[in-house]
Amino acid sequence: MSDLTAGQTGVARVQDVQAAYMAMTRRKRLYGSVVLIVFIALMVSGFQVADGRNAGGFWDGIGNIFQFPGEVLAEASEKIANLPGLMWEFLPSLIETVNIAAASTLLGAMGAVLISLLSTRGLAKWPRLIGVFRRVMDILRAVPEIVIALVLIFILGGGPVPAMIAIAIHTVGALGKLFSEVNENASLKPVEGLHSVGATWGQRMWLGVIPQVAPNYLSYALLRFEINIRASAILGFVGSGGIGYDLKNAFSWGQGRYDEVAAIFLLLFGTIVLFDQVSSRYRNKLIGGE
Amino acid sequence: MLSIDALTKSFGRNTAVDKVTFDVEKPAMIGIIGRSGAGKSTLLRMINRLTEASSGLIMFEGREVTALRGADKRAWQSDCAMIFQQFNLVPRMDVVSNVLHGTLNRRSTLATMFNLYPDADIHRAIEILDRLGIADHASKRAEALSGGQQQRVAIARALMQDPKVVLADEPIASLDPMNAQLVMDDLRRIHEEDGRTVIANLHTLDTARRYCDRVIGMLHGRVVFDGSPEQLTTGVARDIYGADASFSEDSTSTAIETLDRGAARALREAEAAV
Repeated sequence: MSDLTAGQTGVARVQDVQAAYMAMTRRKRLYGSVVLIVFIALMVSGFQVADGRNAGGFWDGIGNIFQFPGEVLAEASEKIANLPGLMWEFLPSLIETVNIAAASTLLGAMGAVLISLLSTRGLAKWPRLIGVFRRVMDILRAVPEIVIALVLIFILGGGPVPAMIAIAIHTVGALGKLFSEVNENASLKPVEGLHSVGATWGQRMWLGVIPQVAPNYLSYALLRFEINIRASAILGFVGSGGIGYDLKNAFSWGQGRYDEVAAIFLLLFGTIVLFDQVSSRYRNKLIGGE
Repeated sequence: MLSIDALTKSFGRNTAVDKVTFDVEKPAMIGIIGRSGAGKSTLLRMINRLTEASSGLIMFEGREVTALRGADKRAWQSDCAMIFQQFNLVPRMDVVSNVLHGTLNRRSTLATMFNLYPDADIHRAIEILDRLGIADHASKRAEALSGGQQQRVAIARALMQDPKVVLADEPIASLDPMNAQLVMDDLRRIHEEDGRTVIANLHTLDTARRYCDRVIGMLHGRVVFDGSPEQLTTGVARDIYGADASFSEDSTSTAIETLDRGAARALREAEAAV
């Protein structure tokens, strides 16, 4: 039968398909070029507006961009002999900063696992509350860490604990969203298998979902840990201890202390590199070691 | 034309392909059979240069394929199409775009990033799809098609490359018998009508026997049989698969006629018993 239809109408049919597809392609190309033009126009006009509102003007200021780093580098290289000593001196503050980051990442990740499971379609214990949990995560993410830290410092007094809580709260929101996206890609078959033997929701999640998603969780959590090291250093600026506090002092009383700034930056850079190396190694092990 | 000389691939201490040597003088349809793990896939991947050979030579029309680098290597890959067991299409793109990927080697990266192809190529892609009987699906996403249809899209992509050699790595292993036959018929037509060389890894003996002009058997990375389908007797097949006398190809055959064959034999045996 296919031979009969293929004979005369075959050529005409191919031409129909070709015409239809070409029309679709032309439409797509038209949309594509319109979007591209709009995009370029928005970029150019947006830049001009922003530059107009700038106090100094982008093109006047751009030349000075290397002045400050240049000053820091010049002063630090003069006193390069001090650097190892200073780095040793700041090591305890660095450890405090890393501790804040580690504790907040750990607590935040545990909270994130729970809230992500509760807000994933197909896995949630109370499917109707998915929206509620998602909004909760949005709120946790939306409030800047520094605001929470300032409020907590006011209540609890300065120190590492307010910083840790502030970062943990933000981590729950940020990791919760990433974890829930990982959960969506998990296969539901093992979960169904466990359901069929009468497992509770907690058992299904812990034994059916977590083994599938653990490598991705870990990788996101380690990335978050790196971000949290930087966040905890920044929170030092508002009085929660750690290396940020030292950095602020070295910066603000400027004159003659740029060697300390350089030492702190070197320490932070080294820490990030170290944890990046360690995390990628352990992640590979977790994935490869099956 | 195509000549392979002492081609070897080792992974650490394991040798996946061990000094494989054969020549193809004129366009032919060649089936490679053997157990899983015999090195069939690695051999095809080395010919396409997806996998680097550890040692040995691949020559094609006087050129040393194994020595090609960079743009020359990509040009060879464009001349030597590959069809995969799992189709390896881009699932979220439409069928024609997937077929047009066959021209990527000839087009600039920038133009293809925005999916800009010449109209003539688009027309040809649809003609190829029509030749394989799936032109009606032209604007659907590849992932919306059945396995057999996806494999024919993959064949269309290969044809779009206008290749001299088509390599097919277990093209029908993921398909049901009906679609397997359609795909094998298509591959046979590519050889007969276009005069291209087709080299296919096959996991069923009857397919190799029915469709191929020449069969190569591999065991533990070595070529243990190289001859015509007629020479491929059950005894030879036992050697290729390293099987004992209990081996019967009918028990695993996917051909529909095998059912009749099995029934006829049962009948004969029943008659003999009486």
